[in-house]
Amino acid sequence: MDRDPAIDDAPIAYIPRTRAFYRALGYEGDYRWAQNADAPFAPLRKPLSEARLALIVTSFPPGDWSDDNPPKKAVWSCGVADAPADLYNRNLAWDKQSTHTRDRESYLPLLALQALAEAGAIGGLTESFHGVPTVYSHRETTEFDAPEILRRVVAEKADAALLVAL
Amino acid sequence: MPTVVLGSARDIVEAASVARFLFVDFPLGNPGGAPYDRPMQRDIAERAIRLLETATGPRTTVRAPHAWPGVPDWRTVYNRVRPEDAQALLEEGARRRARFAKMPAREL
Repeated sequence: MDRDPAIDDAPIAYIPRTRAFYRALGYEGDYRWAQNADAPFAPLRKPLSEARLALIVTSFPPGDWSDDNPPKKAVWSCGVADAPADLYNRNLAWDKQSTHTRDRESYLPLLALQALAEAGAIGGLTESFHGVPTVYSHRETTEFDAPEILRRVVAEKADAALLVAL
Repeated sequence: MPTVVLGSARDIVEAASVARFLFVDFPLGNPGGAPYDRPMQRDIAERAIRLLETATGPRTTVRAPHAWPGVPDWRTVYNRVRPEDAQALLEEGARRRARFAKMPAREL
């Protein structure tokens, strides 16, 4: 079903909305989201139908976690063939009022990508998918986590990467 | 590495700047499509990977055409700050700060 522009509102402006929410929570000093005027762009060097795709997600691995005992912030990887039915992401700021993440495929579209591979739209998936932690520090992301993710997807001979941001 | 981002917070992703971005205008948490809707999830995944081939330069955003099948007022209620909730929000903030203060520093 396509959107009905007569009913739908404009997309949420998350930066001002979140800023106001955190001020109401009593935080002093606003968070500064990453601001970059440009982004590196690498063209795909082979047909999409031959490309090996790495899937990356901002969720955490499953475990006996809780609000007081959250998973460690670290890059992690898991074999696509061994993908757990559920990942842990209660600690992330998704919309817990209007939706849920009980269906893994709504943020880790492995079945969809495997079907697309079978249909010949992509060459296939790499052996593993990867998790990248969302952290407040831009420096930790750009200097530690992003290079580690890149190292892992290159090691598995990925031709391209899809990052799903919860 | 050719990359594409699939996400729902348009202003945040575009401020950061990425090579290619498929914007799915859904409540945060389901950028891959509505829960359990396999045909929609496959269509969104396909639109995302097609961008790897069709985008010609950085900061390419394409908006997925799908409508959120759940509650219609999700944009209005998300992280809404109402005057009558002021005290409860401050108490929630205090709980969050107390929890955060007990977390060990990240090992790098």
